[in-house]
Amino acid sequence: MTGLRSFVARRLLLGVAQTVAVVLLVFALTEALPGDAAVALAGDQPDPARIAAIREAMHLDRPAYERLAEWAAGLVHGDFGTSVTSGRPVSQYLAEGFGPTLLLAALTVALLVPAGFGLGVLAARHEGRLADRLISSVTLTVYAVPEFALGILLVTVFALHLGWLPPTAVGYGTDLLAHPAALLLPVLVLLSRPVCSLARLVRAGMVDALAAPYAVHARRYGIGGARVRYAHALPNALAPAVQQLARTIDWLLCGVIVVEALFVIPGLGTVLLNAVAERDVPVVQGLAVVFGVLTVVLNLGADLVAHRLAPRAGVAA
Amino acid sequence: MTEESDTHLPFPGLRRRGFLAATGAASLGALALSGCGGPGSDDGKGTGDGRPRRGGRLRAAFAGGGASETLDPHLANLFADVARAKALFDKLADYGADLSAQPRLAEKWQANKTLDRWQVTLRKATFHNGKPVTAQDVLYSYRRIADPTKGFRAKASLEPIDLDASHATGKRSIEFVLKRPTAEFPNILAAFGAYIVPENATAFDEKPIGSGPFRCVSFAPGRSAVFRRYDDYWEGAPHLDEIEFVVANEESARVNALLGGQVEYAHELDPTTARAHEDNGQIEIVRLRNSAMQGFAMKTDRAPFDDKRVRQAFFLIADRKELVDGALSGAGEIGNDLFGKGYEYYADGLPQREQDLGRARALLKQAGAERLKVTLDTSAVAAGFTEAATIFRDQAAKAGVTIDVKTGSKDTYWSDILDSGTLCCYRSGAMPIEAHISQRLLTGSTTNATKWHHKDFDALYQQAQSTPDTKDRAAVYARMQRRLYTDGGFLIWGFADWILGTARKVKGVDRKAPANTLDWARFDKVWLA
Repeated sequence: MTGLRSFVARRLLLGVAQTVAVVLLVFALTEALPGDAAVALAGDQPDPARIAAIREAMHLDRPAYERLAEWAAGLVHGDFGTSVTSGRPVSQYLAEGFGPTLLLAALTVALLVPAGFGLGVLAARHEGRLADRLISSVTLTVYAVPEFALGILLVTVFALHLGWLPPTAVGYGTDLLAHPAALLLPVLVLLSRPVCSLARLVRAGMVDALAAPYAVHARRYGIGGARVRYAHALPNALAPAVQQLARTIDWLLCGVIVVEALFVIPGLGTVLLNAVAERDVPVVQGLAVVFGVLTVVLNLGADLVAHRLAPRAGVAA
Repeated sequence: MTEESDTHLPFPGLRRRGFLAATGAASLGALALSGCGGPGSDDGKGTGDGRPRRGGRLRAAFAGGGASETLDPHLANLFADVARAKALFDKLADYGADLSAQPRLAEKWQANKTLDRWQVTLRKATFHNGKPVTAQDVLYSYRRIADPTKGFRAKASLEPIDLDASHATGKRSIEFVLKRPTAEFPNILAAFGAYIVPENATAFDEKPIGSGPFRCVSFAPGRSAVFRRYDDYWEGAPHLDEIEFVVANEESARVNALLGGQVEYAHELDPTTARAHEDNGQIEIVRLRNSAMQGFAMKTDRAPFDDKRVRQAFFLIADRKELVDGALSGAGEIGNDLFGKGYEYYADGLPQREQDLGRARALLKQAGAERLKVTLDTSAVAAGFTEAATIFRDQAAKAGVTIDVKTGSKDTYWSDILDSGTLCCYRSGAMPIEAHISQRLLTGSTTNATKWHHKDFDALYQQAQSTPDTKDRAAVYARMQRRLYTDGGFLIWGFADWILGTARKVKGVDRKAPANTLDWARFDKVWLA
């Protein structure tokens, strides 16, 4: 177990370094974008004197490294700084955007895991037969439809034609739980592609595992089919799927811009999109920290779970 | 922000226009609707909409500015900002459908003979906390806008006012001292963002106090703002109990929310959406004509456009009908290389320019510019820009001109094209013709994208500003416009409609007011049938 503990410590340390690198990179890239917050704010009235005044009011006239250093010093104390555009604390941006994002992600994952694994196992059990071919072709088809198109299609059919569900979550703000009907379509759209990739991964893993010598051996010993499938083959088939699941959760938490825009859900993706357009560097950096930490933690978690499921695969830092 | 959302208000209103002494009480006096939906004095806008009914909540969807949004009216930048600002606050004047200044909080204004001192009398109005609107509030608001450290948008508009010398002459009267004669002073009072806030107000995020028809109930930046009827509004209480502004940046989301009954008013729709729903009875489509000028800006201080024959050739290359049909999906009217079609002082007597490739070729040949190659800057910053660029490229090819279309960043487009390049896509929201001239066509203009620097043109502008008589002034504007028509730097090919959608039960929505004028997004005159 000490080996595992030192592995976790090493990974966390590496994660901190990775997050710092991400933040520095994001800062450099945002600075490299043409124009700054003052230019973006001036919009169609780019009077140079006005831009200079805005720049001064936003303290953008100071050198970049100074602004970065001040922001980093604040971060050490847990202070994410303030938005240059609105003067409001960045933590407020993050907190308000995180709620809807987390809710969507949690619901999606809660449905994704049983659906993805269930379909995968089902297809593998009936390999080559009707159920398998049906599942495989449907998942492939759905996977090929872009989210935006699927979203519009679902809205048109279920919200506008049939009138069963609200077309958007407009006006519900962060209080989405109070309007569960408005969440159904966005979750369905979010679910569509990950379910397909997960199911196909699980199927492939199961098919491989069931054909592996150890499964054949187990059967030869007379162990029941269900036990071979679920106690022996499934854990080995799951390891790659868990990594995929971690990537999906990461994607869900780091802002699903298309779905947020289509259904008017004010999550982190919307915050990010606006912040980049406004060149609001502190907000972009705050998001980079959050996304960096999330990615590191999720991948570490996935590695640990995979290790548990298939210890022989070993862990590579 | 999505593509639709950053239509930064094409509109920095500026300066002057008006009569020597407009007595606003007379022109607007008839509008004092009783709050209880009394004798149905329809304000002449939604004619045929029947008698106003009181009550209800209207939800209006706009493209917005995300979590950075503010209710500070002096920071208004996007259409959503302005719609909220005009619900909560008032200006001293605002623009009518022909972009002439109409009195609002100012009851009347009167100039001295030299047009450099103006007496403004305020009407009796109260802020939402019950305090009267006074001369001190006005002076505080204008001084706040003009603060050199802030960079508020309306600062440039207020530039002609000497705010140190201007002073209150009574509780409701102010003497504005100007730096130079300004016949169009009322345009300044109507300027974009020149809202009146209570003296010493600095914070606007928590229940801001204004004198507008609605008072703030709650505000969640980037999501929603709920305002309630202000019963003591000077022009009569609104019909609606409440108005909620919600933010939906994606056009499809605004349409879907409207079709699904989640909102009753959707701002800024695509022409294709409008066509699809125009006559099917589900929703009402409102087209506000002449809302956005569309054109190309040629930099007249550098080759090849420093030769006026090249500019004239370009005027003749444009097939305006094709541009309107292609770039605006037909939702608009063709232009005649002059700003402000349908607005006060517009020179509508000049012949409509048509495509004439033969003459264009001849002019280019005279200018020694055969086989001309030009780069046309464009960007997805405004609807129709990239389409207009490619259409014009093909039109120019027929006249032997090679246009290379270069697509730039939409976040910084306006700043990028101000000084660099030679030819770019350009658009502008509604503003008085005089403001268009003073902002863009004088030597000292802050956003002179065509680099139109002509001492005699500047002098004509000053002459207009020193001319008290409206007719005489109109003659000067006509001369200036003839000059721009002949060899100016703006190739103005069209004027886009501004398209709204409303639920069928929404009544009293004005159908004539271009975006940004008084009656556009004016929810105190709207009711739910």
